[in-house]
Amino acid sequence: MMDFNLSKKHVLMQELFQKFAIHEVEPIAAEIDEKEEFPYETAKKLGRYGFMGVPFPKEYGGSGADNLAYAMCVEELSKVCATTGVVVSAHASLCTAPIYEAGTQQQKEKYLPKLASGQWIGAFGLTEAGAGTDAAMQQTTAVLDGDNYVLNGTKIFITNAGAAHVYIIIAMTDKSKGTRGCSAFIVEKDFPGFSIGKEEKKMGIRGSATRELIMEDCIVPKENLLGKEGQGFKIAMQTLDGGRIGIAAQALGIAQGAIDITVNYVKERKQFGKRISQFQNTQFDLADMQTKVDAARLLTYRAACLKDAGQKYSGEAAMAKLFASEVASDVTRRCLQLHGGYGYIREYAIERMMRDAKITEIYEGTSEVQKMVVAAGMGVR
Amino acid sequence: MENGKLRIIVCIKQVPNTNEVKLDPVTGVLLRDGVPSIINPDDLCGIEAALELKDRYGCHVTVISMGPMQADVALREALAMGCDEAYLVSDKLFGGADTWATSRTLAGAAKMLGYDLIITGRQAIDGDTAQVGPQIAEHLGIPQVSYAQDIEKLPEEAALIVQRYYEDRYQKIKIKLPALVTALSTLNTPRYMSVGGVVAAYDDIPVKILKYEDIKDFVDEKDIGLKGSPTRVKKSFTKTAKGQGTLHDAVSEDEAVEIIVSKLKEHYVL
Repeated sequence: MMDFNLSKKHVLMQELFQKFAIHEVEPIAAEIDEKEEFPYETAKKLGRYGFMGVPFPKEYGGSGADNLAYAMCVEELSKVCATTGVVVSAHASLCTAPIYEAGTQQQKEKYLPKLASGQWIGAFGLTEAGAGTDAAMQQTTAVLDGDNYVLNGTKIFITNAGAAHVYIIIAMTDKSKGTRGCSAFIVEKDFPGFSIGKEEKKMGIRGSATRELIMEDCIVPKENLLGKEGQGFKIAMQTLDGGRIGIAAQALGIAQGAIDITVNYVKERKQFGKRISQFQNTQFDLADMQTKVDAARLLTYRAACLKDAGQKYSGEAAMAKLFASEVASDVTRRCLQLHGGYGYIREYAIERMMRDAKITEIYEGTSEVQKMVVAAGMGVR
Repeated sequence: MENGKLRIIVCIKQVPNTNEVKLDPVTGVLLRDGVPSIINPDDLCGIEAALELKDRYGCHVTVISMGPMQADVALREALAMGCDEAYLVSDKLFGGADTWATSRTLAGAAKMLGYDLIITGRQAIDGDTAQVGPQIAEHLGIPQVSYAQDIEKLPEEAALIVQRYYEDRYQKIKIKLPALVTALSTLNTPRYMSVGGVVAAYDDIPVKILKYEDIKDFVDEKDIGLKGSPTRVKKSFTKTAKGQGTLHDAVSEDEAVEIIVSKLKEHYVL
């Protein structure tokens, strides 16, 4: 039997995520977008209430909940502010999770309590100028020199860069082996030779930090190698599998948030002597959108539950992200249309939501990459 | 005191969220169906006050509520905010209680559990009586300060300094423990639950049920439930929504006085 009801525990967590989002996140969402400011104060509060370490065990400073709760957390935050959603998602899925899943006991004890409690923010560096979707084309190198690895190279488009204290960096330890020559490293912001490069000016999620990471003879202690040499690509791909649950949840949140404000709007806005909610076009459009968003939610929650059950979830996470992100773009565009001219004005949140939605089809694997993952899972090659 | 820690009991009530109650546009009747339940706002501030004392002095905070079994959600929310223990006072025998029987029952539970300080909200948004807190103190024979807007513990003695709020002033009252304080919504801003707290409230800390059997040594059966309730409700009705008043703007002070006086005369007030 399948049970589509949330447990009472999840219902209460959802209530917490909603309350926090409405009182702490929504009031500054427009401002951090306008000023392109990273929400440092919010990040501190997110840490205080356990939002930064939702799925990690309490013994490591986490909240002891699960990936379903984590997805619900990102969803509720993203309903009102996609920037805040991705701050949590990148931190938890792309930095804290690989240390939790692939780290040594020593690495876990050193990094997880600070990351899972939100005292430190985390980030992940895989993408390079010449290695986007073709992630195997890594140019960053890591050479073992005594007790340290020496890293050289530049990562681009790194979410949380500058705000983060810890970075998971993928670099080549043996270029001749291709993807099997990649290794993963835990790099702290204060390691010698590590610096933060230029800040990107983005279309959406403008409050989130997106910057370069520059490593010039960056010294990383040997014990900060994550997993074994040559496992970097595998770790990166597994990390992105988990990350896709977070981004699917972010997309889902953006879409539901857009519908919620639009429902309020159409019930107030009058044209031709009627509330525009009374027009069947409006009703059909919103019904269609809500149906898609519900489907996206089911896909996203399924991927999270599979991960929680310790089952394979790679294909399901890719489907969730593929579908939810395309729904987010579609729904925000249509919701803006229902707002008419006002929707195009920055004073209305739908304008920001439409700009924010697009990135969910691109980062942590484009929609095309998700289709590659799904097709591979189907044995279509 | 338990291991030198102040034992605080916070009494809370689960109430319908009146912000979510809508009026039937035709009949003007309150639509309570499907309205979510919340912790009474004043009680939430009572929890926060106890947790602030816990943060500062390391107290043990027990939260109790009298109500049906589904009121456990309110207690779990309190646990998720950081309370240490939770008791749901729930029994068919307690049903139909007015404020008198309720306060008798809660006083019995408090006596059984032991306390140095009891904090209640000033009043509940569904009944608005503001009686239960003060009555508990009377039944227990302990001093009380109602309408507290600030609570401070004295370092060297078992006493508090409580600011009692009046509309135009406040009193600073020193009160010896054990005592009871009723909290105002202006006392503080309640913290959120934490994610880990919610997990603990469902996985680690049980909500314990207190039946009459458990507290029978501390409260007489004749004082509980419908039998123990002297209140007889004569009539209960839903207030009809007041119509919109008449707005007189752009009038001078003298004209305003004249309008008001003539209205009062019209209604034979003057």
